[in-house]
Amino acid sequence: MKPYAYVRAATLDEATAAYAGHSGAHYLGGGTNLVDLMKLGVTAPDALVDISRLPLDGIELRPDGALRIGATARNSDIAAHPVVRDRWPVLSQALLAGASGQLRNIATAGGNLLQRTRCPFFQDTAKPCNKRRPGSGCAAREGSHRDHAVLGHSPHCIATHPSDMAVALAALDATVELHGTGGERSVPAAEFHRLPGDRPEQDTVLRPGELITAIVLPPHSAGLPSAYRKARDRASYAFALASVAALVEVQDGLVRRSALAFGALAHRPWRAHRAEEALRGVEPTRAAVERAVDAELASAEPLRDNAYKVPLARNLACEVLTRLAGPR
Amino acid sequence: MTLLPGTDAPRTPQEPHGPHTGAAGEPAEATHSRITLNVNGTPRTLVVDNRSSLLDVLRERLGLIGAKKGCDHGQCGSCTVLVEGRRANACLLPAVAQDGYDITTVEGLAAADGERLHPLQRAFLDRDGFQCGYCTPGQLCSAVGMIAEAEAGHPSDATDPGHPAKTPVALTAAEIRTRLSGNICRCGAYPNIVAAVEDVIE
Ligand SMILES: Cc1cc2nc3c(=O)[nH]c(=O)nc-3n(C[C@H](O)[C@H](O)[C@H](O)COP(=O)(O)OP(=O)(O)OC[C@H]3O[C@@H](n4cnc5c(N)ncnc54)[C@H](O)[C@@H]3O)c2cc1C
Ligand code: FES
Ligand code: FES
Repeated sequence: MKPYAYVRAATLDEATAAYAGHSGAHYLGGGTNLVDLMKLGVTAPDALVDISRLPLDGIELRPDGALRIGATARNSDIAAHPVVRDRWPVLSQALLAGASGQLRNIATAGGNLLQRTRCPFFQDTAKPCNKRRPGSGCAAREGSHRDHAVLGHSPHCIATHPSDMAVALAALDATVELHGTGGERSVPAAEFHRLPGDRPEQDTVLRPGELITAIVLPPHSAGLPSAYRKARDRASYAFALASVAALVEVQDGLVRRSALAFGALAHRPWRAHRAEEALRGVEPTRAAVERAVDAELASAEPLRDNAYKVPLARNLACEVLTRLAGPR
Repeated sequence: MTLLPGTDAPRTPQEPHGPHTGAAGEPAEATHSRITLNVNGTPRTLVVDNRSSLLDVLRERLGLIGAKKGCDHGQCGSCTVLVEGRRANACLLPAVAQDGYDITTVEGLAAADGERLHPLQRAFLDRDGFQCGYCTPGQLCSAVGMIAEAEAGHPSDATDPGHPAKTPVALTAAEIRTRLSGNICRCGAYPNIVAAVEDVIE
């Protein structure tokens, strides 16, 4: 590992200034992804700007009913938060489905969103990878790729985004608050991550030096039946092969509103607008749910090794949607 | 290695601390930092390479070889220690970022007089909660942290989503298994580890 300088920021402005003052700087949250990638030689910062002690770890319910989750709040504290569990249970469930107890104690909300793909070719510096080294090619396309994308991939990259939390955020219409030298802005969580296209090196729409300061859950997704379900190679402590986050509001026997997002199928959490559209105003019978989910997954383009993901995701989505829409 | 007053002598040769020279001949910024870790109740001040993990500092600089390096990538849990009372993978924590924190390692679990084992240590012995023992220090620290989390009402993916917040979660075998899933045991001593934890929570 390359030697690096270490700066502990006490304020937001100190953090962005330290980042601007060092070429090759990276922010350090919990470090559970960044340090791993530094050991692998995938990332080689000249300086780490430690933001883990910034006063950004609060979780506050705002008067308008939105919940503001600070970027340095730990994954375990978000999952255990009474308001999250009560009003946005899908987020708590998604977090608890990820990593391990000790990793969730370290991992921050911001770091979770910005964790990088687990594609083994991305992590192996001896292999071509357009995400790691633009223009070098994609070893996964011909290599073993059972864990890779079935939706929205490009000739340049078939990686998936590994976060469980981000899938729940996409379904909840959460927004991501950013602080940069150009000021503050906020981006819908479902649009925070990019599709690979011909720029797979860019995971997200974050600009250089910009900090995530918070994630905001809106009042309109609060208090509705919601759930997360994840399929993986072992019962715990494994990344998703496919996952779903869903929320369903039924009124007078008809679906008033639903939200569905898939994880581990694409370069970003996949918000299933087509399925949601198909469910609007209909009676949530098993057949109607299946039709809606199939309409979404019709655009899937599985690769040689990962066609199994399509029925897996379909079954997960149908089970969760019918459960949520069913008698309570 | 410049030793500062009250600094622990390194057990392995360290890179020299002091002005480094960058590629362009400019003095490079410090790549080492002076930190204090409160390890098992004792403040330990030392100069660390910013690249050092907490695990390497504990094992190679402070002589605390209880926490083990299994994978060095957060995948096995054998390096688990308590940081500010919460279990964490020491292999992924830059030591420099833990400056000022309380660290408890497996060496700090037994009573300070060194006479009485922690109840979990006793239960692991009574129940044969290990074979080779390599994962055991991590299992023990993880179990200590996990029991405190359940006591504080932290849910797991085995907890009923309707379980009231901030009330202790009863540690069934299913709860224990999923909450300790971050600790891999290559000897497969899991059944006896679960039994040992069950003994202690009773
Ligand atoms: C063995 C293992 C298993 C795992 N399993 C799962 C799983 O099943 N599901 C899952 O979702 N995740 C899983 N993870 C990943 C884990 O959730 C992430 O590593 C963690 O959430 C990252 O958070 P962090 O604070 O440690 O990030 P860091 O490693 O500190 O940072 C990650 C990136 O984000 C940047 N960054 C951090 N905070 C900010 C901010 N506020 N603003 C701007 N940039 C920032 C950093 O510069 C870095 O590039 C696993 C990890 C491991 C090691
Ligand atoms: S050595 Fe830290 S998790 Fe394996
Ligand atoms: S006892 Fe051998 S690894 Fe667990």
